[in-house]
Amino acid sequence: MSHSPKAAISAVESQFKVLSKVEFRGETSLTVEASQISEICAFCKNVLHFDYLVDLSGADHLGEDPRFEVIYELYSLMNGEWLRLKVRLSEDNLELPTVTSVWATADWHEREAFDMYGIRFHGHPDLRRILMWDGYPFNPLRKDFPLGGKPSEMPDVAFSDAAPLEGGPFVTVSSTATVKDREPRARG
Amino acid sequence: MADLTPVAYDSKIEGNVVFTQLDAAMNWMRKNSLWPMPMGLACCAIELMASATARFDIARFGSEVMRFSPRQSDVMIVAGTVTYKMALAVKRIWDQMPEPKWCIAMGACASSGGMYRSYSVLQGIDHLIPVDVYISGCPPRPEALLEGLMRLQRKIAKEPALYEQKRGLFEEAVG
Repeated sequence: MSHSPKAAISAVESQFKVLSKVEFRGETSLTVEASQISEICAFCKNVLHFDYLVDLSGADHLGEDPRFEVIYELYSLMNGEWLRLKVRLSEDNLELPTVTSVWATADWHEREAFDMYGIRFHGHPDLRRILMWDGYPFNPLRKDFPLGGKPSEMPDVAFSDAAPLEGGPFVTVSSTATVKDREPRARG
Repeated sequence: MADLTPVAYDSKIEGNVVFTQLDAAMNWMRKNSLWPMPMGLACCAIELMASATARFDIARFGSEVMRFSPRQSDVMIVAGTVTYKMALAVKRIWDQMPEPKWCIAMGACASSGGMYRSYSVLQGIDHLIPVDVYISGCPPRPEALLEGLMRLQRKIAKEPALYEQKRGLFEEAVG
């Protein structure tokens, strides 16, 4: 069953620059320009009635250029339609306009992406780390961050040590190999 | 033939006197009223709560008084995953508990980090505070917690309680 909102997609395509469009198993992903993302999101909400931001997440494609990606998962409660927007970000310009003014729920999602990947959302009302403590020096979900973590020290606040992995199998390998070979899974 | 005169005999209290060592008496009192500080951090806390219910009844061992103030507790039961963000808070609460105090690491996470070989999880609470009893399980059944508690009671029974309490006095007498 297809969930692709054909009318909404063609409306976005006619109004804004769409870099690529991927259809997979009835789901549509549109990759758009980073600078336009807040206008596109406002358009999606106000004109196309995508009133629910299901998720906003970061992704790290280490070895690719641009390296980072931010994914917006939209849903329209009115029409029962799904739409996925993607934005690619290069490592030396990890900045993106916030969409908190469009959906208030984006607040904590953007803080999480900031905490885990170091992606800064300018215009965000309160851009602080949400999971790790203020002052933690790393971004743990980046692919070049070891699964066991790194030592850090903030006196009287928190500290962290590297967890012993003993050459364990469930460790992500940083390389330019395909996703299948990079993924953390049991290696024989 | 002169009557034997009993020395220091008082019929009113004679039946109520027992002779014992001071250490044994102190330990007996301590081990049978261990008031826990329930440091419930994850799913182990559910089993900790279950062990207080009528079905398992931690009150049989004198530990039914869960104190949420560290000042009033004797044993800290660390039940759950200790994240680095929480670790120093656990340490601070431990430091606020008055001596003598004991610690039970309940479950795999509190004992060793468990399945969380991760950047965010302390790999065992014994990195920060001394642990007396480790309980295996993920999470342990209430019976396992009670077994751990009984093991702690046995451990307390062997402690040189008076010496630990008045260490300065003893060392002065010897030195």
